[in-house]
Amino acid sequence: MECVFGLVGKGFALVVADASAVHSILLHKSNEDKIMILDSHKLMGASGEAGDRAQFTEYIQKNVALYQFRNGIPLTTAAAANFTRGELATALRKSPYFVNIILAGYDKETGPSLYYIDYIASMHKVDKAAFGYGSYFSLAMMDRHYHSNMTLEEAIDLVDKCIIEIRSRLVVAPPNFIIKIVDQDGAREYGWRKSINDDHISAA
Amino acid sequence: MARYDRAITVFSPDGHLFQVEYALEAVRKGNAAVGVRGTDTIVLGVEKKSTAKLQDSRSVRKIRKIVNLDNHIALACAGLKADARVLINRARIECQSHRLTVEDPVTVEYITRYIAGLQQKYTQSGGVRPFGLSTLIVGFDPYTGIPSLYQTDPSGTFSAWKANATGRNSNSMREFLEKNYKETSGQETVKLAIRALLEVVESGGKNIEVAVMTKDHGLRQLDEAEIDAVVAEIEAEKAAAEAAKKGPPKET
Repeated sequence: MECVFGLVGKGFALVVADASAVHSILLHKSNEDKIMILDSHKLMGASGEAGDRAQFTEYIQKNVALYQFRNGIPLTTAAAANFTRGELATALRKSPYFVNIILAGYDKETGPSLYYIDYIASMHKVDKAAFGYGSYFSLAMMDRHYHSNMTLEEAIDLVDKCIIEIRSRLVVAPPNFIIKIVDQDGAREYGWRKSINDDHISAA
Repeated sequence: MARYDRAITVFSPDGHLFQVEYALEAVRKGNAAVGVRGTDTIVLGVEKKSTAKLQDSRSVRKIRKIVNLDNHIALACAGLKADARVLINRARIECQSHRLTVEDPVTVEYITRYIAGLQQKYTQSGGVRPFGLSTLIVGFDPYTGIPSLYQTDPSGTFSAWKANATGRNSNSMREFLEKNYKETSGQETVKLAIRALLEVVESGGKNIEVAVMTKDHGLRQLDEAEIDAVVAEIEAEKAAAEAAKKGPPKET
């Protein structure tokens, strides 16, 4: 039921994730942030086992920070992706992490990039990617409407189209989505797409 | 006494740990380093040996003497630089590990205690020698924003200071600081630190490295031009003070 997808545009990359924290048939909350900001110019959207998701992404985030302190310069997106894949691969034949990852980053020299890393440690550098049941719908929409060097407006429009498809066609569609963007100005939250607003409940 | 400085675990009859004392000697031979705590700024300064002609100065700068341990903590040291690399690496890992396990940045005291603990461990194991360096650790508490300056030494003791110096001629620098310390902020703190360093180091931006830490901007290394400007200010003040001293007597 989890949906994470992402795409690369002109000078930016977007990662979109659903915001539901689910335990069997119970929806704990619908404003869970599943897109970790690894450092100033990297985003990691993750889906899968909830505990593994939090544990693994935080672990990667701290190691990315450590690299920066040790070496005085940040990791490139490709290096971070390869490091992440390596950690998944090492753990695979011992005690695997059940996390699927979409890593987006912006490097000054090479621009925006997107990496698809699944839980059995296969990795692909791609322009668009998706995980979960929602991927059946979002990938189809992106295949139809995506073209390279999309503007931010076009890309957000495509994202909204994907979300509409997921909401209307997936039987247990997540109500809320979070969108994060990474470009030359850094990684940050772009916005939410909410159909259930339970912020006031979480606050209490 | 010669028999008692072999294995570190052995006390001498009069209660000395000679290896630790020899490590302190190594520190005394290292580059001068000074730290000054202001109300909103903390300054670290170290003596910089001029780079050899054929040496790539960028690589030397990369193995900087004043380093970041985390976004809000910095460290300067005097003594064996190779030992420093090991200690700094362990401290950086601990900073991130602490963030991972308790989701909080370290406090200055915590990481100082960690580094001092590490230094102490190596005074109580067989077959190892102590780390030959003293460190000056500065930072802002992540929640209260209070600035702190700590010093550790090869024996593994640590304490907090308003201002301190270590390395070559640290006694002269400390004396100067004791005489001239007052609560400062911003640029005044920088000036005080550089004045202390200039007591023992040849004047000029080429021979000192200064880094300033503020709560909002973290650690910032001053470039040569900035240091030269402050040095010039200090020399002008000194000259004015000298002239004032000589001035009035001549009139009478």
